[in-house]
Amino acid sequence: MDKERELELKLILGSNLRGWNISENFIAEKNLAGDPWEFGYAFGVSRPLQLAARAHECAFCPEKFQAGVEMYGGLGDTDGFGLHLTSQYLGPTVNWSAPHGMTVAFSPQFGLNGYSIPVLYRFSVSYEFEQFFSHFHRSGQ
Amino acid sequence: MTSRSSLFSIATLLIISSSLAGFATSNGAWLTNVPQRERERVNPYRDQPDAVAAGRRIYLDHCAHCHGNDADGTKKRPSLKSARVQQEATDGDLHWLLVNGNRGQGMPSWVKLGDPQIWQVICYVKSLH
Repeated sequence: MDKERELELKLILGSNLRGWNISENFIAEKNLAGDPWEFGYAFGVSRPLQLAARAHECAFCPEKFQAGVEMYGGLGDTDGFGLHLTSQYLGPTVNWSAPHGMTVAFSPQFGLNGYSIPVLYRFSVSYEFEQFFSHFHRSGQ
Repeated sequence: MTSRSSLFSIATLLIISSSLAGFATSNGAWLTNVPQRERERVNPYRDQPDAVAAGRRIYLDHCAHCHGNDADGTKKRPSLKSARVQQEATDGDLHWLLVNGNRGQGMPSWVKLGDPQIWQVICYVKSLH
């Protein structure tokens, strides 16, 4: 049985500025069988539809939704760094912070060149474990 | 990119990001790190009647896990009804702490909430005196 082993490194940067969330990722990936390093990137900006929270509980308040735009694609490999012969995508993103820590995201992505699939639809459901390691941390009293 | 390598990446990121979050700050040393300008900041939501209720919602979503539903603290986390939080720390001090965190003592940054929600949760915490 053939086994494909890859090493993948990601630099994930994020910042918040006046209500805007800005994220920049750089990806380096290597097939351990000997292929060259391949590179990619992702860049996104998003913002809640409303920054302040409402006084009453609500699942579909504007502050529970984030809208933005994301762009990602390849950056070539060690034999040829750049956008040449790479697929590139751009599209809007919508996130909904559902009750109990769940986040639902949807994003249609549009291919920007001939090497890209014309349209991709991305849908995800995620859960964030807040303060996961706090259970194992000493008391600070 | 294989699904196996993607799963490995996600798991690694989950562990790293989780290790940067969590824990509490309770020794008060952070107060000496707050710049004077930050300390003097005025809470723009202080006199808004709905701010305390909105702040309580945010608190229950993000803070109660460590500090308890009524902010009385837990075995490992400090009470937010202490004299340090209620009297010694200004709204600006708490805003600085929530933005910057104090990871050495286990308090994560909550900058992702954005300024309005940070000020609202401060309104709630300060209403507990």
